[in-house]
Amino acid sequence: MANDRRAQLLSGNEACVRGALAAGVRFFAGYPITPSTEIAEGLAAALPKVGGTFIQMEDEIASMGAVIGASLAGVKAMTATSGPGFSLKQENIGFAAMAEVPCVIVDVQRYGPSTGLPTSPAQGDIMQARWGTHGDHPIIALMPASVRETFDLTVEAFNLAEELRTPVILLLDEIVGHMRERVELPPDESVHVVNRTKPVEDPETFQPYKPGPNLVPPMPAFGDGYHFHVTGLAHDESGFPTGRGQDADRLVRRLHAKIQNRKPPVARAEEWQLEDAEIVVVAAGSVARSARAAVREARVRGIKAGLLRPITAWPFPENEVREAARRAAAMIVPELNLGQIVREVERVSGGETKIVPLNRIDAELITPAEILERIQEVAAHVD
Amino acid sequence: MSIEELLERYTRRDKLPHIWCPGCGNGIIMGAVIRALDQAGVDQKKTVIVSGIGCSSRAPGYMKFDTLHTTHGRALAYATGVKLARPELKVVVLTGDGDCAAIGGNHLIHAARRNIDLTVVVFNNDIYGMTGGQYSPLTPQGSYATTAPYGTVDRNFDLCELVKAAGGTYVARGTTYHTRMLIDLISAGLGHKGFSFIEVVSQCPMYYGRKNKLASAVAMLEWQKEHAVPVKAAAKLTPEQLKGKFVIGELHREEAPEYTEVYAEVVARARGEEK
Amino acid sequence: MEKAPGVITVNEKWCKGCGICIAFCPAKVFTAREDGKPVVTNPDACTRCGLCELRCPDFAISLGGKSHGE
Ligand SMILES: Cc1ncc(C[n+]2csc(CCOP(=O)(O)OP(=O)(O)O)c2C)c(N)n1
Ligand code: SF4
Ligand code: SF4
Ligand code: SF4
Repeated sequence: MANDRRAQLLSGNEACVRGALAAGVRFFAGYPITPSTEIAEGLAAALPKVGGTFIQMEDEIASMGAVIGASLAGVKAMTATSGPGFSLKQENIGFAAMAEVPCVIVDVQRYGPSTGLPTSPAQGDIMQARWGTHGDHPIIALMPASVRETFDLTVEAFNLAEELRTPVILLLDEIVGHMRERVELPPDESVHVVNRTKPVEDPETFQPYKPGPNLVPPMPAFGDGYHFHVTGLAHDESGFPTGRGQDADRLVRRLHAKIQNRKPPVARAEEWQLEDAEIVVVAAGSVARSARAAVREARVRGIKAGLLRPITAWPFPENEVREAARRAAAMIVPELNLGQIVREVERVSGGETKIVPLNRIDAELITPAEILERIQEVAAHVD
Repeated sequence: MSIEELLERYTRRDKLPHIWCPGCGNGIIMGAVIRALDQAGVDQKKTVIVSGIGCSSRAPGYMKFDTLHTTHGRALAYATGVKLARPELKVVVLTGDGDCAAIGGNHLIHAARRNIDLTVVVFNNDIYGMTGGQYSPLTPQGSYATTAPYGTVDRNFDLCELVKAAGGTYVARGTTYHTRMLIDLISAGLGHKGFSFIEVVSQCPMYYGRKNKLASAVAMLEWQKEHAVPVKAAAKLTPEQLKGKFVIGELHREEAPEYTEVYAEVVARARGEEK
Repeated sequence: MEKAPGVITVNEKWCKGCGICIAFCPAKVFTAREDGKPVVTNPDACTRCGLCELRCPDFAISLGGKSHGE
């Protein structure tokens, strides 16, 4: 489907649909939930047109299972949900991590806990994205801050999933998902698309979990004649469970290493006005928009402020934050929760700088004025 | 085909002997599934076997096909994704009574409702084997389990009736005792276009047997022999005469549009409209 | 291992001694050893019905030929 080249008005959720199509998605399974439903609706209409499949499953657990099954059958697969549904998907996300099944999970964060405020924004799932499923699994989670970036990071989510054989979470928030911006999307042909590497070995000697040079095993599809076994049990390179601790150790360490060692690094952040910044605002997703405005205003008032915006929530951009912490007098961490990103900032900065949280959980946005006020307060104390 | 040839062709021989207890019905059912796949003439390269979690769900690991050992209860959800992504694949689901009827019960009724072309074989040993003998939704009311030391309070499901009511288009029940009939029932299910469901009354001598005064696999097969009534014979019996018995054979068959075929029409319509 | 057609064999390594073959052979071809594993003591009575092979949970019995009449 050719993208319309002219500038158009799109919501973040619509941009996610467009990005998924540009990346080559051919399967979507989901269950309706605000504020993510437009993604399902968009793909229900678009997928059959490209010969793909959409299905509304009986719940989010089934949706996640179907996505993994479809991916193993050889197609690019995704699901989209929000808080309560994200909770339900967790067990099977762990399966995808353990069995190395590429897939994309969109979580349009809404206010929780529980049913919370279904139509209100929040950033309360950042830690759940990291630790939601049990065990020491690795995870990638991307946090776009604009409609255009939602398109780009949806494509990147598929690319990383396919390259690294891993589930990738796209963490939108209600604001990014629903806001409309005028964007110009690249034509599909110019979008960089990555496909999983298929094995070339003879099926008789093929070891389905023998890692390739980038620590990622080539991946056949069901029906290709490889007769391979896929399990969530700890397994060795043959794909079969052994029950041996040292095999499990080797496997789980490799699952982490393939993401940690990837070149260029998966972890990334946008740095804006950071060169001489004394006060660094660390903000992601929709909050980064207010943060940028606040930093701009602070500069106007002569305060050396800067913005560090994690693009990947996970892996957390540790180097970037550590480096900024070394130079900054203080870091302000505004977020729509009671403090999740700030824990990472504290951990990584190792006491090098003063860290000031700024949290809101009254279902309202954090405004540029609030952040500016905090910048000014902090600036008054640092000199 | 001789047993040697069957094992050579359809099993991962290096993984045998299997882990199941002496007299466990899982091996008999797995053998029947392999023979039925052979009898139905399925293309081995285009067949995927999917299971959940439980003793029974270990079966695919021994079978030389593309095999997928999923999470507890979710085999049908994963299988639905496989089938939808590549409708040309034959997809078989092997599952336990707990896997299929308790944690996976919702997926069962919805897969049946969709009439998606999957063949489901339930290893019904009336108990949770893998976790050591807790009761399942199939445990007959009043039986004993480690979590029902005074006998179960719950009423048990008739899974075949459930699947039929939910929309399954081929429904059959067999036993591990009536092995030849079982092979035919599974083979017919494999040949059926749509959601086919075969419940196999099986035995877990280790837990169900020990708890319920059926001391051995032999005693449990004797029990099956005495209590199973073939469909034809059952038709001539009154409900009173059938009390305490269970009916085996093909219980239901109908023709109905199959999910992936209907979806292919949707694709054609969507593409037509684009012009 | 190739088996001569028509000779019933029990793979002792795989047999777990459940006794199913012994109890349900219509021709009483097997006798139980002390450990419960079967010994073929009455081979001539075998009708080659194939039931022992089909019911063995451990794939341990071979009739040494086609198992059920095609
Ligand atoms: C989400 C989850 N809950 C519980 C378990 C523990 N568990 C493993 S197998 C099983 C029951 C298996 O019973 P059944 O499906 O009847 O299979 P069987 O072992 O009898 O063949 C349970 C409860 C699990 N693995 N995952
Ligand atoms: S516990 Fe029961 S179901 Fe599990 S292998 Fe043993 S006999 Fe079979
Ligand atoms: S049925 Fe098989 S496992 Fe059981 S005793 Fe006979 S040969 Fe051994
Ligand atoms: S083939 Fe039949 S008669 Fe012969 S040993 Fe086996 S069960 Fe007995």
